[in-house]
Amino acid sequence: MVDFFGLYNYWIVIVLAMAGMYIVIARGNLIKKLVGLNVFQASVFVLYISFGKVSGGTAPILLKGVVTYSNPLPHVLILTAIVVGVATTALGLALVVRIRREYGTIEEDDIHSQDGHT
Amino acid sequence: MHHQIYIGLAIILPLLGTVMIWMSGSRPNQREVVTVITSGLTFLCVLQLLPEVLAGHQPELHVTELLPGLEISFKVEPLGMLFALIASFLWIITSFYAIGYMRGHHEPNQTRFYMCFAIAISSALAIAFSGNMFTLFIAYEVLTLSTYPLVTHSQTDEARRAGRVYLGILMSTSIGLLMVGIIWTWAAAGTLDFTPGGILKGKIDDGLVIVLLFLYMYGIGKAALMPIHRWLPAAMVAPTPVSALLHAVAVVKAGVFTVLKVIIYIFGADFLTETGASIWLMYVAGATVLLASLVALTKDNLKARLAYSTVSQLAYIVLAGALATSHSLVGGAMHIAMHAFGKITLFFCAGAIMVASHKTEISQMRGLGWRMPFTFAAFLIGALSVIGLPPLGGSWSKWYIALGAADADQLVFIAVLMISSLLNIAYLIPVFARGFFGPREEEEAQMAGSHEDHGDHGDHGDHGDHAGDHDTATHDAHDASDAGKRIAEAPMLCVVPLWITALGCVALFVYSDWLYAMLSPIVK
Amino acid sequence: MLREHLPVLVIIIPLIAAPLCILFRGRDQAFGIALLATWGSFACSAVIAAKVMASGTLSYELGGWPPPIGIELRIDALNALILLIVSGIGSVVAPYARNSLLLEYVEDRSYMFYCAFLLCLCGLMGVAVTGDAFNLFVFLEISSLSSYVLIALGFDRRALTASYQYLIMGTIGATFIVISIGLLYQATGTLNMADIAQRLPEHGYDRTVIAAFAFLVIGVALKMALFPLHQWLPNAYSYAPSTVSAFLAATATKVSVYILLRFLFTVFGVQFSFDILPTAVPLTILAILAMFIPSIVACFEHNVKKVLAYSSVAQIGYMVLGIGFVTMTGLTAGILHLFNHALMKGALFLVLGAVFYRIGSCNIDRMAGLARTMPWTMAAFVGGGLSLIGIPMTAGFISKWYLIQAAIEKGWWHIAVLIVASSLIAVIYIWRVIESAYFREPPEDLQNVKEAPLSLLIPAWILVFGNVYFGIETSLPVSMAELAARSLLGAN
Repeated sequence: MVDFFGLYNYWIVIVLAMAGMYIVIARGNLIKKLVGLNVFQASVFVLYISFGKVSGGTAPILLKGVVTYSNPLPHVLILTAIVVGVATTALGLALVVRIRREYGTIEEDDIHSQDGHT
Repeated sequence: MHHQIYIGLAIILPLLGTVMIWMSGSRPNQREVVTVITSGLTFLCVLQLLPEVLAGHQPELHVTELLPGLEISFKVEPLGMLFALIASFLWIITSFYAIGYMRGHHEPNQTRFYMCFAIAISSALAIAFSGNMFTLFIAYEVLTLSTYPLVTHSQTDEARRAGRVYLGILMSTSIGLLMVGIIWTWAAAGTLDFTPGGILKGKIDDGLVIVLLFLYMYGIGKAALMPIHRWLPAAMVAPTPVSALLHAVAVVKAGVFTVLKVIIYIFGADFLTETGASIWLMYVAGATVLLASLVALTKDNLKARLAYSTVSQLAYIVLAGALATSHSLVGGAMHIAMHAFGKITLFFCAGAIMVASHKTEISQMRGLGWRMPFTFAAFLIGALSVIGLPPLGGSWSKWYIALGAADADQLVFIAVLMISSLLNIAYLIPVFARGFFGPREEEEAQMAGSHEDHGDHGDHGDHGDHAGDHDTATHDAHDASDAGKRIAEAPMLCVVPLWITALGCVALFVYSDWLYAMLSPIVK
Repeated sequence: MLREHLPVLVIIIPLIAAPLCILFRGRDQAFGIALLATWGSFACSAVIAAKVMASGTLSYELGGWPPPIGIELRIDALNALILLIVSGIGSVVAPYARNSLLLEYVEDRSYMFYCAFLLCLCGLMGVAVTGDAFNLFVFLEISSLSSYVLIALGFDRRALTASYQYLIMGTIGATFIVISIGLLYQATGTLNMADIAQRLPEHGYDRTVIAAFAFLVIGVALKMALFPLHQWLPNAYSYAPSTVSAFLAATATKVSVYILLRFLFTVFGVQFSFDILPTAVPLTILAILAMFIPSIVACFEHNVKKVLAYSSVAQIGYMVLGIGFVTMTGLTAGILHLFNHALMKGALFLVLGAVFYRIGSCNIDRMAGLARTMPWTMAAFVGGGLSLIGIPMTAGFISKWYLIQAAIEKGWWHIAVLIVASSLIAVIYIWRVIESAYFREPPEDLQNVKEAPLSLLIPAWILVFGNVYFGIETSLPVSMAELAARSLLGAN
């Protein structure tokens, strides 16, 4: 029982990930898809950082008198991943702007019907 | 060894000729000269190898090794020598015939025609000389691809459809069946080299031999076994020189040649008879012989009739291979030569009739023999050779196949051979006969209206001249008196070749023991 | 001194050249920088490959920090082969890009193209050299992001939606890979791939590791367009500029296959990936489906670029099939096909770029009779097409031969027959194009098309010659592939 709730960080990760993926798949608005993608990526960030926590450890910033720190490596990795995420979002939004200009809409269904796809 | 060069030369020369034909594309006379010279030189190269083969040697040429054990190599043995001789000799004859035909008909795209012809001959020679199944397969595919533009030459819808059937059947059988068989052979035997006695003995379960044989026999689509024979009648849409050489000699002969080579050098005749794996093949081939002849009886179009006759004759050779006895194998190999000369004569005649009178249906050909005596006489000679009557060569090959059937205790096939000879008579002789019966005046009147000027070349010089002169003379010499003229003999460039091949049928009868002697090593 | 730093130079050269292109905005200057960078990269890769073949795995510590704390660049035969492929294709495509872009992209912004191109190259090479798992993800994303940009440069507005779709699917794939790396880190405490491989057996193959494995395979499958996760590929390759299609088709998916190979065999190990988990079965099934279904779809498409794109999906199937055999021959076949497919598809897409340059379309009906007016171009197409089908004397035949051998070795006859059958389908869709170009009349407005310019023809023909050369003289790719396969299988 304790284990079940003690792993609450993983539950949050799963909920966020699933919510993110659902948005990507189920929503037709291109910007909403990007939002979903971001939520999904955020879940990964939570995953990394949460398992980097060391019991009784503090934030990994050197301080006098502190002995136990949380693992700094996941934090560093996530910084990189956040940057990648930001770049992806920026690119995605730029694409959406161009699509809007070309198609006049950012709804996926409308775009598909304009292109003659089923 | 010195003779290796000739193997390579014989295959490369036609390819060089192709390039030079391409470059002479805008100068027709130069182009035809290139074709003729290339064909002559190629034949000479092939001839150089003959003394070696007769002496019992087998000149070899290794080109390159693609992967360990997979190499491109050539080895000349009697069967291959025979095929190479036929293909290269008949290329010369057909070149002259083609020049007359293509110019007489004002066919477009002649450069492409001659180029593809040369590539096809080169690949036929590569098949003849191949030293292992891998090399043969590559050359086999090149042959299919290079003859496709020849089949679809006229580029009408009908030609394109025929081309699709042609390519579809040949490529799907070769990739879907033959290649699988080759891979299986490789996996079982570890090699693909042609070896006397075969490479499969002991390497493959008895029951599976039948399956492997099936893969090979139906994979070799060019041998036109029923029911994959459909491409052959479809390819008749091509111009007659194409039909003549390629479908009476090179393409189909490549098919049955491959069949014999596979039976003798991959399976091994003894191995086949021991396992009895070819009995089904005998029946399929025998059925093809009879069925194709029956279909030929129903065909009114002369070329279609000859096409089905070819299917039937090819099945003779497959039957000979399936019987797998010494006599039948040599007889089958001899039949390659006999049928080549006989059939090419018949096709040349069909083309000559087309050029001179524009008739393609046999029912229209009544009384034509009086107009074109030389053509019809040659037709008779070719027909007698195909039927298998002395003094024509076809009789010997049939005799040996029948002997082989007796050796193998398969007497039913002697009956098949006899019935099919009767059927051959039934569908070939009427063509000849009809030419000399029937009201000539009626035909004359009909023809006067639709006749074009083709028939007044009976007295031009011999075909040694450059072909250029005849062509322009044809239409310029059209004066008023010709308008109502009767049909006369076909142009010299068409008649002389077909007489050469007809005489060849006679010659093969006379020299058949020499042929037998050359071929007997394959069954030692 | 430079020789020591070769492994990192392959990445640094394009990485530094990219912003240089932005600084030097002139069209010719940016082109010159890109050309030098790609050729320099290729030269480094060639030297590295020679070194690896001679003396075994190369190892380089980035910044002098020793692994497993520092990032290590680790190059063995497999990496060397991938490096050669990517930089080789890059150096052939770079000179091609100059004229091809004229029609398909705004000329005065070509420096932006070159920048993105070099970044993509850098990312792909980075994936190939790195020995650190997270570093791999970073480089993967660098290459992916720049390829989204490159694809979106197509003049057809559908390029934008194609790029967007690729972005969504690609990011999901990359995120899955990141989850996998995170779980692996959690299990082993290290990010260095060789180190993970050592520590995993000690940790034991518990649920964490299985989950990591699953996430990784799916993520990579998305990136390499393994059927049925291939939806992004046809549109992306069809609507991108031809240069981009040629470059990406020949490199991006190959690198993703490399990632799969590296993780399945080196990191997780053969025993875990294939003995404990039944990975070979779904891989083989999906591979066979990939060989057939996209090929059949390709037979009905009218846009020749789409035909080739679907064909690429099918070819990925062949590579994965080779992997699924898990034998020496099978792996060699799969790795060989990486190399050969890069040559084939690169050549074909470059040819299509030349066609597009002259007639403004790659529609099969618009290409009718093209062989008459552009004989050299279509002859190159025939050469690449024959290799795609797998005719002997071309590179495509060699890898197909090995695949069939591998199938026979395992006694899986039905698979050998399936491989042959799928080649037949390739014959159909290649033949359609050849029939249109050689045996039909050109449309009226295209009677006087000129042959493609040399700058476009020569790169295409270089690749076609490569096809034929490596179909006859097979020792180089075969020996590298065999070495790579041996080290992958023998890692345990």
